[in-house]
Amino acid sequence: MSTEPLEIDTLEGEFSTLNLGPTHPATHGIFQNILTMNGERIYHSEQTVGYIHRAFEKIAEHRPFNQITPLTDRLNYCSSPINNLGWHMTVEKLIGCTVPKRVDYMRVIIMELARIADHLVCNTVIAVDTGALTGFTYMFQEREKIYELYEEVCGARLTTNIGRIGGFERDFSPAFHQKLKKFLAEFPKKFQEFCDLTERNRVFMDRVINACPFDAERCLNYGFTGPNLRAAGVDYDVRVMNPYSSYQDFDFIIPVGISGDTYDRYIVRQKEIWESVKIINQAYNNLPEGDYHADVPEFYLPPKDDVYNNMEALIYHFKIVMGEMDVPKGEVYHSVEGGNGELGYYLVSDGGRKPFRLHFRRPCFIYYQAYPEMIKGCLLSDAVVTLSSLNVIAGELDA
Amino acid sequence: MTNQEVLDHVRTKFADQILEFDEPYGMLTIIINRDALLPMVEFIKTDEVLQCNFMTDLCGMHHPDQLGRELGMVYMFHGMRKNIRIRIKCFMPIDDPHIDSITSLFKAANWMERETFDFYGIKFKGHPDLRRILNMDDMDYHPMLKQYKLEDGTRTDKDDRFFGRDGHDGVEFDQRYIK
Amino acid sequence: MVKTVNAPDGFEGPGFFATGVDKIIGLARANSLWPLPFATSCCGIEFMATMGSNYDLARFGMERMSFSPRQADVLLVAGTIAKKLGPVLKQVYDQMAEPRWVIAIGACASSGGIFDTYSVLQGIDKVIPVDVYVPGCPPRPEQIIDGIIKLQELVKHESGNRRNSNEYKALKDSYQIS
Repeated sequence: MSTEPLEIDTLEGEFSTLNLGPTHPATHGIFQNILTMNGERIYHSEQTVGYIHRAFEKIAEHRPFNQITPLTDRLNYCSSPINNLGWHMTVEKLIGCTVPKRVDYMRVIIMELARIADHLVCNTVIAVDTGALTGFTYMFQEREKIYELYEEVCGARLTTNIGRIGGFERDFSPAFHQKLKKFLAEFPKKFQEFCDLTERNRVFMDRVINACPFDAERCLNYGFTGPNLRAAGVDYDVRVMNPYSSYQDFDFIIPVGISGDTYDRYIVRQKEIWESVKIINQAYNNLPEGDYHADVPEFYLPPKDDVYNNMEALIYHFKIVMGEMDVPKGEVYHSVEGGNGELGYYLVSDGGRKPFRLHFRRPCFIYYQAYPEMIKGCLLSDAVVTLSSLNVIAGELDA
Repeated sequence: MTNQEVLDHVRTKFADQILEFDEPYGMLTIIINRDALLPMVEFIKTDEVLQCNFMTDLCGMHHPDQLGRELGMVYMFHGMRKNIRIRIKCFMPIDDPHIDSITSLFKAANWMERETFDFYGIKFKGHPDLRRILNMDDMDYHPMLKQYKLEDGTRTDKDDRFFGRDGHDGVEFDQRYIK
Repeated sequence: MVKTVNAPDGFEGPGFFATGVDKIIGLARANSLWPLPFATSCCGIEFMATMGSNYDLARFGMERMSFSPRQADVLLVAGTIAKKLGPVLKQVYDQMAEPRWVIAIGACASSGGIFDTYSVLQGIDKVIPVDVYVPGCPPRPEQIIDGIIKLQELVKHESGNRRNSNEYKALKDSYQIS
């Protein structure tokens, strides 16, 4: 059972140094923590990140706009559709394109499925770190069903490159409708089993309640967003504060915690999965009729039979594939609610076919710097379970 | 609050320090001198009306064409109570890249300023621990500056000719887009 | 009904079975490899899906993941390796005991993938010798299992003297592995 952290200044005795990482099975990612410990208690820690720095921002200055979508996939790869669709929305904001309502609802369905997938990974891994492997094995089956839904839309499982600037490349197929109906009918029961396994389980609760609490004021100062901030009691959700993609049409609550400890972060994510199921049900039952893409011929590929028969379509096709689309000059910032919080895209365009500057506001990078303060004075086992509850994805951390 | 009201409120204290202002795509953008940065950020954080106590983002920029103002810093703040978003930009010459650090006001700026130092070489005065964060410690240049190439010049397994770089016989490339 | 592996060719008689030592040892090694998952990025998530119950790597004898290099046979490198991580990878490889094999899972581990940049190592074969490359970005779990089956074929037919041969010593010297 985790106890109150001791006052650091009263600790005496010998200190030992423990190197946790960079490749450690308990960290679920590649980042190094060098801990100075007194017995089991952590006195001080130092982080080293950058072990998978792939220079995304520099690559983005050398690629046309639709070649940046596969790059955004690899930011938070557990919920890549959210990254892709956020990027498409940023470009649409820059060029001043409004998409039809049907596209908005289709995007909401895909983004909420991605959020469920991301939260499932995080929560099952918290359970694994406390020793409960069953949840991991059963819930990854549900992730396979979500992967099948992605495959119906875009053909890929993990790094999806889903959608296009202006909408989607094709409408939802009949197989997608059938699989989604089946998923919505069966998932709640299976997820309820996972909830019953852990949420009111005495052993699990003793392990994670009071493990590294972090209050709301410090969270805000450190730039926390997403479930980690909501666990501390601040109900900030980009979907509600700056709605995008017709989120204002849907009825859902924002679950918040009280003390910002690991149990609160866990429960907030569990409740968000239930809210996502609610949103998908609303979006699917009210899916409006209409086009599945906007009318932006400079950015959206024309249908193939037009390309072979129509000169204008042929020229547009050539220009889009060769990356010769012209965009207006300007700077735009757009943010979406990713799996870990506010994922922002700051795009500066100088009128050319590649961005002049693209900066990703990566939530993992910003809140991971609070980790040393969170674990000061805690036991090592609390520190490990706190790290999994923060859901630090190495791809988003280093970019 | 509309952007015009926010701008007027900021102007009550910093009227002479605002060099330019604009509203691209709905977000109020103010360009100021780098000396006015710390007082202005403190003002918008502590002010009763604005209450911008959340720092959304900060990043660096490099405009090689703007002589005397090549390097830029972009800060974005968010006041959640009234849903106010402000973007503040400062420019500085490339041979004198220093600016005040705002880690005393926002702890979130710590690693983000280290990342900007790593990529652009901008030095932050008052930063507790300014060193490289994402790249290797022994790297001797700042990679995001526009004059440096993306690829590693010493790699042996890829032939640049097949990737359309460094010119290709008979095909013209627009030099504006080749960095 | 339990499916067992086929016995190697040999001479059989009442109460005995004679075959080469290499074949028996190869068979035993191939079907009980202990992998070290060195998962860095997206391919790591596909590797976790391969370990899960839908694709189930445990069928091929890789039930027990070893996170300690000293007890592992196969190093499964899944994901991008940056230049900063290269020495760490080499250190992990150095700690493994012979016989050891390496599978490079994904395009980034094989050749740098889509990240042809100043900070990414263009393939892990710049620092350690690799036996099997599994392409894909990320490869489907079936592809990863295909790579593992190919490794099992390699292991089954490896000659007993390979690790002492001059070619192997030259390979180790070219990577500065002692």
